[in-house]
Amino acid sequence: MYPPKFDYAAPTTLDDALALLAEHGEEAKILAGGQSLIPMLKLRFAGPDMLIDINRVEGLDTLEETADHLIIGGMCRHNIIGHHSIIEQKWPVFAEAGKLIADPLVRNMGTIAGSLVHADPQADWGSVLLAVDAEIVVKKKGGERSINIDDFLHGIFETAIEPDEILTEIRVPKPKGKSGGAYLKMERKVGDFATAGVAVFVEMDGDTIKQAGLGLTAMGTRNLKAKEAEDALKGEKPSPELYAKAADLAAKICNPKDDTRGSAEYKLSVVRTYVQRGLERAVNFAQKA
Amino acid sequence: MKIEFELNGKQVSGDVEPRTLLVHFIREHLGLTGTHIGCDSSHCGACTVLVDGTPLKSCTYLAVMANGRSLTTVEGLKQGPKLHVIQEEFKENHGLQCGYCTPGMMLVGKALLEKNPEPTEEEIRFAISGNICRCTGYQNIVKSIQAAGRRMKEEATEAAE
Repeated sequence: MYPPKFDYAAPTTLDDALALLAEHGEEAKILAGGQSLIPMLKLRFAGPDMLIDINRVEGLDTLEETADHLIIGGMCRHNIIGHHSIIEQKWPVFAEAGKLIADPLVRNMGTIAGSLVHADPQADWGSVLLAVDAEIVVKKKGGERSINIDDFLHGIFETAIEPDEILTEIRVPKPKGKSGGAYLKMERKVGDFATAGVAVFVEMDGDTIKQAGLGLTAMGTRNLKAKEAEDALKGEKPSPELYAKAADLAAKICNPKDDTRGSAEYKLSVVRTYVQRGLERAVNFAQKA
Repeated sequence: MKIEFELNGKQVSGDVEPRTLLVHFIREHLGLTGTHIGCDSSHCGACTVLVDGTPLKSCTYLAVMANGRSLTTVEGLKQGPKLHVIQEEFKENHGLQCGYCTPGMMLVGKALLEKNPEPTEEEIRFAISGNICRCTGYQNIVKSIQAAGRRMKEEATEAAE
């Protein structure tokens, strides 16, 4: 399969990339890792006049912690995030998701920004970012704005990003207390999209849950934030009964469809189980931290 | 668009449409058919090549993206007349089977062993989980990679002594 014809530019600075995007706007597409875009081109679901390849732009793949935030550059590849020492030590929800996306070869190329702007509701990062309440930083020529992940994700292949903007960075607020997380994903085989996925983040205050985040994959037209379940966990002491209650509240907002990956009823059952297991794992991680 | 990159230690160049996939450039423009096309949809890993040492799927990578980089295909494993250790061990342990997935398996194996010379079976299976074998199984492929790791370590120790 060949992609349709397009013009190609490979700028080396972000300013050059933004200037090209400002000039070509809706006719252009940014090429990050290409692991969603190139298949979309080959299947002729996308046919931009121009590709602006940002793989040679420096400074978009930093991963660091500042005083208040975890900062992940948009061009960080899934494998880099999943195996990064900061991530492995402190951010299990990112570490686990980063090792479960697609397969190892796709993870070597695919980027977090590319996955987020592609906005497939069966993709994983959206749920992780909903669980940790991340901010998405987008830049355009002469401007920058920050959007909460819950406002960024709109629907299937739809986000808040404008045609002249590039997703440059993800900012995650750092917890003050001990924290933990988990990402659980059911897939038929390595490389398949999620049948169901659950991202969990908790911050503890002594032996009570201070903050909780729950993101759900493949349960609707976008990754879902289980707000009622999160609220039910806050201020409570961890227990199997509490996890079961959160699982029921999370399942209430899900709207999976019957398909080749399983019936809607089955998927809801997976979500309930994963919410409970994920909470247990996240709380255990936090208590050992 | 003119492109130039290092392939198996030699500079190669070509004039390609930006939409040309790397696997087509390697097979059709350069005539190196060791890199296979299996699914053509980023699932099977038969088209695996190393770009700057990192294994990726050349059916989901544009030839223009390789401009200025350093690539290795299966043809680049052999040094002169001598097979690479990983090739010898695939031969020795019957890791080839039908041979279709073999170039990808060997390149992924090589990249793994360079980072982790003594991988466990689990680590090998995780590393090759983007490469599909349809012969009947992965047992001999895993054995081949493990054996190559042991040989590479022995040879490195001998060289140090």
